[in-house]
Amino acid sequence: MEVQDNNSILQVAQRGLSNAGVIAPVTEVPSGEVPVNSLSPYDIVKLARHPLRPLTSDYVTLMLDDFIELHGDRLFGDDRSTITGFARIENRRFMLIGQQKGKNTKERLLCNFGMSNPEGYRKALQKMKLAERLGLPVVTLIDTPGANPDIGAEERGQAYAIAENILQMLRLTTPIVSIVIGEGGSGGALGIGVCDKFSIMEYAYCSVISPEGCAAILWKDAENAPEAASALKLTAKDLLEQGLVEEIIPEPKGGAHLNPPKSASTLKTFILKYLEELSTIPKDHLLSLRNSRYMKIGCYKEENFNGE
Amino acid sequence: MVIPRKKRVIPDGLWIKCEACNGLIYRKAMVERSYVCPVCDYHFRIPARERIRITLDEGSFQELWPNMEPTDPLNFKDRISYSERVRMEQERTGLKDAVLVGTGAIHSRKIVFGVTDSNFIMGSMGSVVGEKISRAATTAQEMKVPVVIISGSGGGARMHEGMFSLMQMAKTSAAISRLKEAGGVFISVLTDPTMGGVMASYASLGDIILAEPGALIGFAGPRVIEQTIKKTLPEGFQTSEFLLEHGFLDMIVSRQDMRRELARLIDFMVGPPSGLPINIETTPTITTLGEEISEKNKNGIMED
Ligand SMILES: [Zn+2]
Repeated sequence: MEVQDNNSILQVAQRGLSNAGVIAPVTEVPSGEVPVNSLSPYDIVKLARHPLRPLTSDYVTLMLDDFIELHGDRLFGDDRSTITGFARIENRRFMLIGQQKGKNTKERLLCNFGMSNPEGYRKALQKMKLAERLGLPVVTLIDTPGANPDIGAEERGQAYAIAENILQMLRLTTPIVSIVIGEGGSGGALGIGVCDKFSIMEYAYCSVISPEGCAAILWKDAENAPEAASALKLTAKDLLEQGLVEEIIPEPKGGAHLNPPKSASTLKTFILKYLEELSTIPKDHLLSLRNSRYMKIGCYKEENFNGE
Repeated sequence: MVIPRKKRVIPDGLWIKCEACNGLIYRKAMVERSYVCPVCDYHFRIPARERIRITLDEGSFQELWPNMEPTDPLNFKDRISYSERVRMEQERTGLKDAVLVGTGAIHSRKIVFGVTDSNFIMGSMGSVVGEKISRAATTAQEMKVPVVIISGSGGGARMHEGMFSLMQMAKTSAAISRLKEAGGVFISVLTDPTMGGVMASYASLGDIILAEPGALIGFAGPRVIEQTIKKTLPEGFQTSEFLLEHGFLDMIVSRQDMRRELARLIDFMVGPPSGLPINIETTPTITTLGEEISEKNKNGIMED
């Protein structure tokens, strides 16, 4: 049910939300023409969180020619918020690591709404190491509000698990592709997001903090989340302007949830393209490119001692 | 980013009230004790320059890249603009950003030293902190000396620089990774508070990880956790002692012992400086079982 008309996009999106019986409507729908680019950053955050938005599990079914799910971190448990396994598209084999929010209430509880525990990050790392040993590239799909803020997670070293993943992903000798398919929630996203190709879907977002969290701290009121979402420059377009993502992966008009098969087929094309591009880069060069790319990120000014 | 607790700046005045035991302490006595309460051993938060003074050999610190300053890549504005906030913080603290980096010595052992100031925008890591920490690691690698970084950051990754801040986690980790692969040594010292993106990146990657007693250390802020799980947190949660118990620290070191312990560790890790007599106390130290670390919690060091 792809929608061509700009005006009806928001209405359909809104209908999707009320059908699912959740949260607030995407936005007020004014009468007349509403071009897509009039979506506010906070509207995009809501689209990224849309309950009908395709999840990692949908892309597994819609996009892969084969998948064998592999479980467990070999240390503590099997975190269902992170799906890992051998994946194949056409003749390309890779390790898929994808964050998973769950499709219904029961699943969402099991997946902890996509908020990983340390064992989720360690599971991801254990599978990445396996991929490295087998010479397989890694594809990660990012979709998390953030790492789980919880007593158990702290007891088992949430910060350490994320830091270790970042370090090991910087050293992994096989190519890594990371794509934000929904929410790219701060450290929880980066924990599986260090890579050679970083891209984001059109209505996904990626942020250092949730707009609500930011609003609570800086505006002293979570109600200011829309302002915070604008200030944080967290949309795909913003990230592209900041030079932090490779490119934006287009979605069906109005959002991926309106046409999951089409979203999956677009995503597939991009993944195949990235895997193809990365497959030709020698190992040493790959690592030095990956490291230098991160070493370059930052905006600061530095005056010379001579005042030049 | 982590929701801050109440500000813990040392107040002015001849007498200081200890936040932990409420005792009145003569300021001069406390400064002599490196800002540690003589009654209850509470470790006050201290500014970066004071940290340098009490940690490094007198006059040994040579600041590197002192002119590096934040920019405002997002044109960020909440109730005030980020540029304005930076200007105010600079005026208040005398720092350009939340980090000072330089070369120095501890008991004549040469090191590259970095310290973050939890008082400058909550010690949060934006581009300047990320760049300076990364350069510190790279410089240590070039100079073939250990790098010691003392972190104090309640803020984690700095919101006002958006995704640039988040990416500093990967950047600092990349620099530390290179240092380690080149055989370098990194000692990470965690002080009150070290949270969020700082803790989930370079601060967790030390070859040796130390913490001061009673420091708040973790990923998610205690208030965020409380709001999420809708329960009050157990006493001593996310303290140094809690982390030690769960296997995330090598040791807890009192501020007054920090210089000696760092020197001892450096001697073990890279060897003592040649031609220098052993100028520090080197008695074997081992935890006496039964003197449980949690005893310290009962002394009222914990707060909240
Ligand atoms: Zn006291």
